[in-house]
Amino acid sequence: MSLAKTEGVGEVKARNKELIEEVLKVYPAKAAKRRAKHLNVHEEGKSDCGVKSNLKSIPGVMTIRGCAYAGSKGVVWGPIKDMIHISHGPVGCGQYSWAARRNYYIGTTGIDTFVTMQFTSDFQEKDIVFGGDKKLAKIMDEIQDLFPLNNGITVQSECPIGLIGDDIEAVSKQKSKQYEGKTIVPVRCEGFRGVSQSLGHHIANDAVRDWVFDKIDPDAPARFEETPYDVAIIGDYNIGGDAWSSRILLEEMGLRVIAQWSGDGTLAELEATPKAKLNVLHCYRSMNYISRHMEEKYGIPWCEYNFFGPSKIAESLRKIASFFDDKIKEGAERVIAKYQPLMDAVIARYRPRLEGKTVMLFVGGLRPRHVIGAYEDLGMEVVGTGYEFGHNDDYQRTAQHYVKDGTLIYDDVTGYEFEKFVEKIQPDLVGSGIKEKYVFQKMGVPFRQMHSWDYSGPYHGYDGFAIFARDMDMAINSPIWKMAQTPWKRKPVPTMIAAE
Amino acid sequence: MSSLRQIAFYGKGGIGKSTTSQNTLAALADLDQRIMIVGCDPKADSTRLMLHAKAQDTILSLAAEAGSVEDLELEDVLKIGYKDIKCVESGGPEPGVGCAGRGVITSINFLEENGAYDDLDYVSYDVLGDVVCGGFAMPIRENKAQEIYIVMSGEMMAMYAANNISKGILKYANSGGVRLGGLICNERQTDKELELAENLAKKLGTELTYFIPRDNIVQHAELRRMTVIEYAPDSQQADHYRNLAKKIHGNAGKGIIPTPITMDELEDMLMEHGILKTIDETQVGKTAAELEIA
Repeated sequence: MSLAKTEGVGEVKARNKELIEEVLKVYPAKAAKRRAKHLNVHEEGKSDCGVKSNLKSIPGVMTIRGCAYAGSKGVVWGPIKDMIHISHGPVGCGQYSWAARRNYYIGTTGIDTFVTMQFTSDFQEKDIVFGGDKKLAKIMDEIQDLFPLNNGITVQSECPIGLIGDDIEAVSKQKSKQYEGKTIVPVRCEGFRGVSQSLGHHIANDAVRDWVFDKIDPDAPARFEETPYDVAIIGDYNIGGDAWSSRILLEEMGLRVIAQWSGDGTLAELEATPKAKLNVLHCYRSMNYISRHMEEKYGIPWCEYNFFGPSKIAESLRKIASFFDDKIKEGAERVIAKYQPLMDAVIARYRPRLEGKTVMLFVGGLRPRHVIGAYEDLGMEVVGTGYEFGHNDDYQRTAQHYVKDGTLIYDDVTGYEFEKFVEKIQPDLVGSGIKEKYVFQKMGVPFRQMHSWDYSGPYHGYDGFAIFARDMDMAINSPIWKMAQTPWKRKPVPTMIAAE
Repeated sequence: MSSLRQIAFYGKGGIGKSTTSQNTLAALADLDQRIMIVGCDPKADSTRLMLHAKAQDTILSLAAEAGSVEDLELEDVLKIGYKDIKCVESGGPEPGVGCAGRGVITSINFLEENGAYDDLDYVSYDVLGDVVCGGFAMPIRENKAQEIYIVMSGEMMAMYAANNISKGILKYANSGGVRLGGLICNERQTDKELELAENLAKKLGTELTYFIPRDNIVQHAELRRMTVIEYAPDSQQADHYRNLAKKIHGNAGKGIIPTPITMDELEDMLMEHGILKTIDETQVGKTAAELEIA
């Protein structure tokens, strides 16, 4: 089906360049000029993908991006399970971010964990005019009464908070004092700030620094018994249990995971992290800021890793182990060896069904590159990829470690561009989000959601790879694609004429 | 309805907008005009001389008490003052919180939806200091005030504000129908005040509607929470306000689109009249001590 299999790299590049020209043609000159900077064909040996990124989307296009509030409430803070996150402002943002991104956690919801609940100050006109500070204070009191086992509160600012200048910091401080030093975190993640959810991640990271870390005496002894093997998992949001299937590998190699950020995470884990010996960073885009801060302030090194597919897992386990002694290094080898037969079995089963299949991706800030290895382990090829809200350092990592020569790159792709690219390239699979899913399925192209794992998962770790392989096979080789017929190609069936 | 005239008074804070507008409107009421005053200042002092009250309950404070503005009835917010002038105050938050501009928008929408504009000859908006945001521009937007009267004096900052307000009017003049009615100079007894006011009016493409001389009787009336028209109807000052009222009344449809000037032009104008000495650029930013050494 795919063109890539029969073409050489030169032809692919020429075809992709032509395709970019073609999609740009429909735009007005000014828009075409701006979009042209975000579309390119990767050239081997280049240090980045040759696209501009982290710039404002063009008015009028359908961007797939979110906002700063989504980045803070939906991604970074939302999964911290024992804290209550108030969506401060009118009800809509809270309603649509209810339960945050799909993530798993352990606990009794409504008693000691609150992730799938939704708290909002439900602004009315009078709150805009008179300010929402009094209401916010009242909500905090009600939270204390109704949910006494909550371990902290965050205030996730929606747009109007920044417009009317609500002093959420003052309310947070005052209530924190009233409740004996309770952690209350005001987050200035108003949706109009920045160009995408990316700034929301940064603001949320800074809030951890200012309102969690800075409240702790850095010289005080840890509140737990320390070991030389204490690590924290940073930037795993436990979609479908990803952090759990990652964590067991670290533990099996002899490390101790003292914190998970932020999937299935707790305030206590955030507070414990400055005592970690190493921060292992999964989602670089959303949590590099706090990792860098911990390196500067507490001297904790950090290490990016990739737990998608056996090749990258083995590489990452060895990289993580290199920060520790031989015991851990041996542990890493032991873990890799232990799971090798499972991986061989998975590949033996699925690779023949998936070999040579092509994939186009468009995801957030990490997966557009991280999952490439997993596809390659299955003999598949990623022919196009791009980031919703990546920055240049993401594209550098993509170019230097992941994509092949000639890969089509599309930053902050627009609805039109993505449809056109898929229509022309006809990949065997598209991996993107819920907004894209039905568009492509209706075009007859198999699709997997790569934000929520299409309600499956985990995809991280060795256990996750088995599920990943099964899901990709299920999508691509589903008999449904043979059953769907193009209406105008359907053979006419003689219809009965009413009995005379 | 078509005969309804909507006017607004703008001007720098403390310039005497509320006093001027209430006296003028009282004089208009004497001419048998049916009038409503809409106070658009969180201080809510635009109707006190009409009601002989400190400050009336505002739309927004009543709405906050009742739950929302939808819970209010027109009778709750409308007070009747001198010569049956209808009085409403928009109100707003205490200084430093919330969004007073949004409050103005909420209030005016409420008044419109509830038919407060029916059976009137005049609606007058009294708006705070400067057009600081979209909310305070509400009265000059589409289908609201047709003519804006800017209250000013011969002081530099008052003229600066008048020019700024003209910019606001210009912005909405083409999309809506708002026009500048004229300047009203409330005498401060600064140097060459009349001359300056007339000159600024000319530069803005309008005219000085009236020059109100300073008279302590305004203070006396104010202390009794009354307009001069009511307190001392036979005084000379009352006549001034009556004259102003007649001019505004006769000014219907004669507003213009203002031609605001730049800050430099404004300074040049002051220099022309000898108010501002030519600036020696070498002295800019120097403290007194530094100048002494030099």
